[in-house]
Amino acid sequence: MPNAVGRLTCPAANFAPVKTCAKSTDLVHAGRGPSLTTVEFEPWNDPQAKPLIHFQNVTKRFGTFTAIDDLTIDIYEKEFYALLGPSGCGKTTLMRMLAGFETPTEGKIMLAGQNIVSVPPNKRATNMMFQSYALFPHLSIWENIAFGLKREGMAKADINDRVDEMLRLTRLEQFARRKPHQISGGQRQRVALARSLAKAPKLLLLDEPLGALDKKLRQETQFELMDIQEKTGTTFVIVTHDQEEAMTVASRVAVMDHGKIIQVATPDRIYETPNSVYVADFIGDVNIIEGTTTAIGDDSYSIAWADGRAPLTANSNTPFSDGQKCHLAIRPEKVAITADEPSEAANAVQGKILDIAYLGNISTYHVELPSGVVIKAQAANTRRISRRSYTWEDTVWLSWTATAGVLLAS
Amino acid sequence: MNKTSWFNVVSLTLGFAFLYIPMIILIIFSFNESKLVTVWAGFSTKWYGELMHNKAFLDAAWVTIKVAVFSSTIATVLGTMAAYVMVRGGRFRGRTLFSGMIYAPLVMPEVITGLSLLLLFIGIGLDRGVLTIVLAHGTFSMCYVSVVVSSRLVTFDRSLEEAALDLGCSSSEAFRLVTLPIIAPAVISGWLLAFTLSLDDLVIASFTTGPSATTLPIKIYSAMRLGVSPEINALSTIMIAIITVGVITASLVAKQQMVRQRREEQDAVRS
Repeated sequence: MPNAVGRLTCPAANFAPVKTCAKSTDLVHAGRGPSLTTVEFEPWNDPQAKPLIHFQNVTKRFGTFTAIDDLTIDIYEKEFYALLGPSGCGKTTLMRMLAGFETPTEGKIMLAGQNIVSVPPNKRATNMMFQSYALFPHLSIWENIAFGLKREGMAKADINDRVDEMLRLTRLEQFARRKPHQISGGQRQRVALARSLAKAPKLLLLDEPLGALDKKLRQETQFELMDIQEKTGTTFVIVTHDQEEAMTVASRVAVMDHGKIIQVATPDRIYETPNSVYVADFIGDVNIIEGTTTAIGDDSYSIAWADGRAPLTANSNTPFSDGQKCHLAIRPEKVAITADEPSEAANAVQGKILDIAYLGNISTYHVELPSGVVIKAQAANTRRISRRSYTWEDTVWLSWTATAGVLLAS
Repeated sequence: MNKTSWFNVVSLTLGFAFLYIPMIILIIFSFNESKLVTVWAGFSTKWYGELMHNKAFLDAAWVTIKVAVFSSTIATVLGTMAAYVMVRGGRFRGRTLFSGMIYAPLVMPEVITGLSLLLLFIGIGLDRGVLTIVLAHGTFSMCYVSVVVSSRLVTFDRSLEEAALDLGCSSSEAFRLVTLPIIAPAVISGWLLAFTLSLDDLVIASFTTGPSATTLPIKIYSAMRLGVSPEINALSTIMIAIITVGVITASLVAKQQMVRQRREEQDAVRS
């Protein structure tokens, strides 16, 4: 499962603005310099809070293609906001509209209460870190970082101080005199970050900032990004197609598809309580079981599925009418796999192991039920593989609780 | 495959002989002692010395250089602008037609270009002289510059300009501070190309020149009618030298730029 450590967020149950939950930041930042001292960061739940950015019914069309479709969102100060979606979902267009490289066809974009639709990119208090980094190859690292400050007409001594500060922040002091092609990819990524942060923008836009780095470096850099975001207190908007990255760094994740926002929520809520099959399927691995509901108690439903089999039970806060079509989404890690029939499980089905994906720390079992449906179950490899009591072609039991899954209408 | 077969050696020799024997003969005979072009009478550099005292040739050389410098500068400015608009201008109506029209003069017969320019200059009542040759050369070498520069701009990472805008540049500052320094090698090699083209043009120059301005190619051509002299051989040798240096420099600049670009791309891939 992705690293969904609830950074700056409370468990789903505390969704109401109750200031009680302990900060979980330390889990991530243990021993990583000064960590955030705020107890709670959920401005989106505070009706008094004014958003830094407000998209008001924004639509963007390229010819007949609608890239952004009547979209309204709020982004708050000091947020780390992730736009997540498959390529072509409009996330990059959304970001380019914030930077000023695209103008919306309809609607307003407010930055700190001011409509910025007609403001050109060089007059906006936003800066962007480009996917290709776009470092100026003919300038040294120092000059790259100083570029924006010089345009501002800042005094020479102040420029020196500011560039030095940025070099320190991104640990690039010894590379100041080098040209971009003389440093490594990871260092270039940090130069791009330093350059875009140098002007102390109200809003920093990051377009797939870690796409060009290998996996290990990417994970390290994610934490660095979070660190820098907290140190500088800048609002970050990041565009990514990598859901793990979005879950790791963001305070809130907006899942997009076809120019629309499907769901905006904290990483844990996006994962635990997706609002649609699309989000459930896009974020992480999931089993989707189709069926029809019958109410059997408060928030409790029985789900008829794959004719002739015992109905499943699941809890849901959203009401379903009797006979309504539904999708039960269950994460593989919430499905238990056992060799013998579990004695007291709300839901238990029998099947045959079709495939095992061994990932070292965990294994994913693909279990085929007699009806042909394949259900994935994940188990930690706490014992040596040779001592596992089931393997390919074995008949096993899968079970899960009534609260393990999420009942979705569409 | 690397074995040198006789066939390859022979065809290579024949090909190069075909291309270069006339020029080599010209260069050899420019060092001829004798006044008779076809009779070798020993080595001498006296014709180069005589050349230095021939005022008509020196004047023509001065005119040629003036024309080449001004026309190639005009061509570089206009050609770079045209290339920039064609590559960056986005898809406006008739874009293909426009870019085709920029390149059309490349294949247009020089006689026609020369004639049409002559008619234009007469039509607007412009006295023919250095100015008209400069304009004419600027016109036809502009498309060469725009070909060279646009081939560089096509591979230019657009986000560099966007980054400059994002960091507070106006469009013109972004061009001056970011785009131009990066495409400079292509612009310089375009200028050198335009310079050499102007230097050796005879057809268009003879259409657009007047009595006050005689360029070297025109001078050589008219002197030829009175017979080939070793002096002309010497002059031609100098021109061959200048043009060779110009072309080699232009291609070196372009190659260096290509190598650097490839290295940067490789770096980008590796990272």
